[in-house]
Amino acid sequence: MSRTPLDTVEHAAETPDVELPWAELGLKKDEYERVVEILGRRPTGAELAMYSVMWSEHCSYKSSKVHLRQFGEKAPQSDALLVGIGENAGVVDVGQGYAVTFKVESHNHPSYVEPYQGAATGVGGIVRDIIAMGARPVAVVDPLRFGAADHPDTKRVLPGVVAGIGGYGNCLGLPNIGGEVVFDACYQGNPLVNAGAIGVMRHEDIHLAKASGAGNKVILYGARTGGDGIGGASILASETFDDAKPSKRPAVQVGDPFQEKLLIECTLEAFKEKLVVGIQDLGAAGLSCATSELASNGSGGMRVTLDDVPLRDSTLSPEEILMSESQERMCAVVEPGKVDRFLEICDKWDVIATVIGEVTDGDRLEIFWHGGKIVDVDPRTVAHDGPVYERPYARPDWQDALQADDANKLPRPQSGQELKDQVLRLVSSPNQASKKWITSQYDHFVQGNTVLAQPEDSGMIRIDEETGLGVAIATDGNGRYAKLDPYAGAQLALSEAYRNVATTGAKPLAVSDCLNFGSPEDPAVMWQFAEAIRGLADACQQLGTPVTGGNVSLYNQTGEAAIHPTPVVAVLGVIDDVARRTPVAFQEEGQLIYLLGDTREEFGGSAWSQVVHDHLGGLPPKVDLERERLLAEILISASRDGMIDSAHDLSDGGLIQAVVESALLGGKGARLIVPDGLDAFTLLFSESAGRAVVAVPRSEELRFNDMCGARGLPVTRIGVVDGDTVELQGEFELSLEELRRAHEDTIPALLA
Amino acid sequence: MTARIGVVTFPGSLDDRDTQRAIRLAGAEPVALWHKDKHLHQVDAVVLCGGFSYGDYLRAGAIARFSPVMEPLIEQAKAGLPVLGICNGFQILTEAHLLPGAMLGNDHLHFICRDQKLRVENADTAWTTDYSAGQEIHIPLKNMDGRYVADERTLDELEAEGRVAFRYVDVNPNGSLRDIAGITNAAGNVVGLMPHPEHAVEPLIGSGRTDGLPFFTSILKKLVNA
Repeated sequence: MSRTPLDTVEHAAETPDVELPWAELGLKKDEYERVVEILGRRPTGAELAMYSVMWSEHCSYKSSKVHLRQFGEKAPQSDALLVGIGENAGVVDVGQGYAVTFKVESHNHPSYVEPYQGAATGVGGIVRDIIAMGARPVAVVDPLRFGAADHPDTKRVLPGVVAGIGGYGNCLGLPNIGGEVVFDACYQGNPLVNAGAIGVMRHEDIHLAKASGAGNKVILYGARTGGDGIGGASILASETFDDAKPSKRPAVQVGDPFQEKLLIECTLEAFKEKLVVGIQDLGAAGLSCATSELASNGSGGMRVTLDDVPLRDSTLSPEEILMSESQERMCAVVEPGKVDRFLEICDKWDVIATVIGEVTDGDRLEIFWHGGKIVDVDPRTVAHDGPVYERPYARPDWQDALQADDANKLPRPQSGQELKDQVLRLVSSPNQASKKWITSQYDHFVQGNTVLAQPEDSGMIRIDEETGLGVAIATDGNGRYAKLDPYAGAQLALSEAYRNVATTGAKPLAVSDCLNFGSPEDPAVMWQFAEAIRGLADACQQLGTPVTGGNVSLYNQTGEAAIHPTPVVAVLGVIDDVARRTPVAFQEEGQLIYLLGDTREEFGGSAWSQVVHDHLGGLPPKVDLERERLLAEILISASRDGMIDSAHDLSDGGLIQAVVESALLGGKGARLIVPDGLDAFTLLFSESAGRAVVAVPRSEELRFNDMCGARGLPVTRIGVVDGDTVELQGEFELSLEELRRAHEDTIPALLA
Repeated sequence: MTARIGVVTFPGSLDDRDTQRAIRLAGAEPVALWHKDKHLHQVDAVVLCGGFSYGDYLRAGAIARFSPVMEPLIEQAKAGLPVLGICNGFQILTEAHLLPGAMLGNDHLHFICRDQKLRVENADTAWTTDYSAGQEIHIPLKNMDGRYVADERTLDELEAEGRVAFRYVDVNPNGSLRDIAGITNAAGNVVGLMPHPEHAVEPLIGSGRTDGLPFFTSILKKLVNA
């Protein structure tokens, strides 16, 4: 190492013809030429390392940026939004002086390569984003997608992912309150491991990622820097998997949740004493990202001495130190007079903290190693001026044929016995079956504020013990709908999450998203992506729920086969008093079951078409956002005024899925009738959007009906909570015991 | 006059603030103790709460047992100071030999989180007088290493002396010998159990039951009436 001359800025200027491994680091030729143009010389090895990771798809959003702008351009006016897109996470005002920050991110590629660590560090990363905003993390959620449930590799990936999420999140003391588990063959080589987190703070505690004030110190604290995760963002997350390439395992980071727990406590203590001017977590692209983003968001420049970075492996080169994605590290900007106190707090928590540099009054980011200057760049060119691609996109030629393959023409059950058989097949199918085997591996009690957790429609956390103020979060996405129509599919994902929040009694406020797609270099995938964003941005505008931030995960494909376009949408809501929350479970026999909304013959992309016919074709259910808004208002009012005792949103699997879940959770059966104007099959299996099923105490029936009538929401009485069977009059009857076995035995049988 | 009950925070403790809340809801005064404290700040009782002290990368509780705060705690517990160990706290108490036996990984090898049914076997300890013997309660359980084991002689002794304080009912969630969920020392002042009573103290929250509150009211009554 000492034998080769250090590649300083000076050395680079003197040796313009040295060939650098820009292609191996994932840069394209024109991108490398742009770097040379910006610098007016060839980059040093260290500069090349920084540009290559920061200009990767994962960090720069170079393929998605032109589309993502719509979230800003179409953002609805919202008084609730305190911090919008562009920071570590968005921040929303939830009243009483509280602010809530939340975000969903992907850790898809690492989780396929190394399921346990990939998923674990996904949780770690999103939690650090939340801390970096100044908030105490209060809950996590995990939307997950895997290949076919009976595929042998699913048994490798899923248990590892679930154990990783549990192993990390449980050890941090964060309740896991929601998420999804979906199986589909399209995710076979590309499982989706999305992780979301919520944090709570007072308004005055919001912190931002910027380095201001010349002379302020830059402190790196947390774990030592090692060789793990080098190139994670540029190599793993920004390329398609290919069997011919070498194993990517060394690019996956290794997590230490204990270290992260200390990091949380020590950071919050430093915030409390107002010691921090700016803060940034080290995630993708590690120090390259933290230094260039802090510097470019602040008013001045920054000088860093890389020799001062505590290392786990003393043989690391400066390039590797800059690119390392070692977990559990953060970077804080602290006034000189407060540095000692900051270090004291770190010491109390046994967290290693080192001053590695300072803010300067210039506008350059300068990094030194062994006395030589190895980086001298305008930080904005690294962090913000990456390439922007207008990738070509085109509606795929198979889209018309797919939509013409109408699911409404599939053979339907002809007798009560057939209906009964298909109900059992539905509720026991892997996607519709109980996920208790998975969720029971997550702690949902810790912190003592969990009001609702999965399998409820949304997770709910109390944030003020005195007033009962709480927040709810739901994440939803349906790749099958989005494959049929990405514009509508994205809107249906938002509709469902919005509805799920309202079903529990909370008012939807804001949105975060995790957009999982195939390769942006494929025009068909790019079209799906563009359509999904357009759909989501339009719908957010109409529902008045701004997108506060999120994450794009591209290149989720193996060879030519891309995953279904899978926009996952998280909606955050607020509830004034968690005592008014509405659970899914039927509470009392004799209560009346009402179906809210319109039920049409809509089976395209439905669970029924998948389970019974292994079919995907036609059009997804019709989107009606005004109806979603009205339904939400009714559900929130009914919850606040005590008119309903249980409620469940209707989505995949339709009415029968919802009723079976409410019955099993409450241990109380249901007697249903087919209302006028509907047939039994459509009533049970249709997936029309904008619907919910509620249980109304008899004393509230009149008032509830009046309210729905006055506001114009269709409401149909379809039965009563009763007995220990689920019965559709004149068609079939299933005992709760039989339903429970069907619903709860599937997942353990496949995976335990 | 009320009682002051200490809650020790080790690095990696998770349920310290929840336990303080439970103590407050019972009407006592929670006192935060730090693992580096060399004395117990004159508290009347101590709870060792759940979590993964020091990451529990070795054996659960094996390192915490050597924390500075444990020295006065062990000494005073032997002299009668009431101590409750919940989950990781129970593991620490066995590592410290204040309670016999040990905790191994769950027999199914997974973390398990569930609302667990228990039977109160001993309602005479410092922490259980507000229950009645034989009473069945629901308390949340959440752990990775919850399988209680001890040699046959110790188990027989525990049974004979009525020192099995809680037993799992319906489902044995982790393979614990003789369905043991919690035990007490001979004097009845030191109690350890795997389930989490601090997560069952408020309607609506967590399991939605208050079956765990009597732990904290029991000790409060004992201390105030002492």
